[in-house]
Amino acid sequence: MLLVTCPYCGARPEIEFHCGGEAHIARPETPSALSDADWAAYLFERSNPKGVHAERWRHLHGCGRWFNALRNTVSDTFLASYRMGEPRPDVSAPSDTSKAGAR
Amino acid sequence: MRRFSLTSLLSEAMNAHQGWPRQWRKPDPKPAYDAVIIGGGSHGLGAAYYLAKQHGLTNIAVLEKGWIGGGNSGRNTTIIRSNYLYDESAALYEHAVKLWEGLSEELNYNVMFSQRGVLMLAHNVHDVQSFKRHVYANRLNGIDNEWLTPEEAKAFCPPLNISPDIRYPVMGAALQRRGGTARHDAVVWGYARGADAMGVDIIENCEVTAIHRGPDGAVTGVDTTRGSIKTKKIGVSASGHTSMVMGLAGVRMPLESFPLQALVSEPVKPCFPCVLMSNAVHAYISQSDKGELVIGAGTDQYVSYSQQGGLHITTHTLDAICELFPQFTRMKMMRSWGGIVDVTPDRSPIIGKTPVKGLYVNCGWGTGGFKASPGSANVFAHTIARDEPHPINAPFTLDRFRTGRLIDEAAAAAVAH
Repeated sequence: MLLVTCPYCGARPEIEFHCGGEAHIARPETPSALSDADWAAYLFERSNPKGVHAERWRHLHGCGRWFNALRNTVSDTFLASYRMGEPRPDVSAPSDTSKAGAR
Repeated sequence: MRRFSLTSLLSEAMNAHQGWPRQWRKPDPKPAYDAVIIGGGSHGLGAAYYLAKQHGLTNIAVLEKGWIGGGNSGRNTTIIRSNYLYDESAALYEHAVKLWEGLSEELNYNVMFSQRGVLMLAHNVHDVQSFKRHVYANRLNGIDNEWLTPEEAKAFCPPLNISPDIRYPVMGAALQRRGGTARHDAVVWGYARGADAMGVDIIENCEVTAIHRGPDGAVTGVDTTRGSIKTKKIGVSASGHTSMVMGLAGVRMPLESFPLQALVSEPVKPCFPCVLMSNAVHAYISQSDKGELVIGAGTDQYVSYSQQGGLHITTHTLDAICELFPQFTRMKMMRSWGGIVDVTPDRSPIIGKTPVKGLYVNCGWGTGGFKASPGSANVFAHTIARDEPHPINAPFTLDRFRTGRLIDEAAAAAVAH
């Protein structure tokens, strides 16, 4: 189980949280002006990276608030948590070899 | 290739089994192939086998970054069934089950396909209605599926606890008698051996690091950790890593990769006669021929390539198993593992062409790819060889996410599928 840091409440076990998928995907301002391909890209296409991933989390069984986090998807190590609306922090990816002991 | 037969087995038994040749070669990559398959799992090796067998393409290679069958082909619960709701899915998975039924003879390799029946439990009114709908839909599609009362389910699977005082009592079950299990490694090895005998090069420890495209956008070759290879056709069958491989060609995919866990118990004497699934309490279980209980858990909620999942996911499944089968509460669990599964938004696979000419993809099998191996490989080979999909995989395009013609098994199957 992951230890997730809520920017409002601090570090809590993962079962208090709901993961909301990839972050920083803005809903288009005028969907009706979009082509089908662009709308499909917004709805369905995901970067799904092997490395640093920006994702949304909600502290469901805590403060209830949404926030964003950066996590390395190879080691599951969290690199940063930040509030909604804040820009994505600039963190360099640590090495991918930290698999053991990542949890 | 030396065929397995009663006489060859007997003569080798006399010879202390010293005369068996290697089952497949270990060739170095050639500078060019007619087609290249990326991914040496059951889907990729199967596609190579059918390309050679049915379409005459023998100058092809399977590139595997690790060892063959070391990914999800070796990390699954080996359940096989075809009782899917929608016509498109039913046709695809039934195609696979029909191939499974003849696969050992086809490959001259015992894949240990055992049609012991797949029982899916209903625990609430919604389950009952949904499963009955599946039963009727399957029968209209000519697929066997029948409804059992709790007592009939107990008769079919005696270890089952149908007591009304468990937390989620069993209200009935859907049974597909033609469903069952197979030996996962044997499928990989059987396809590898068959493909190799027809001239297919199976190249292990060979990771693709770049996909090259010509001025017209069509693929021209790949760079690998074992050198460059020219080819006009690339079939991507890379499971959880499909997003990365497709990214090499500049294609963004509607996929997310999650860890899916499974675990096995210590081996015990035969005590469990069928495959049993429960979507509502999330458990699936069968007993391998070695005697281990093979138990499937769920996926984690976040994207990960760690090949390990949270302990609370497996605990949740074991809680359900212990409630349904109180006699297993003192069983020791021996191993657990996580595979990385690529999941599409509608929980149906993508098999077909891509926006890049010469690049084909077979992915998005999510939590249920093993059962489809022969069928998927068969129609994927057809798609690569003829540059157009087989009627069975025609609905499973990448383009369906643009047209909106989804095949929404996610809504139909609730949780596991």
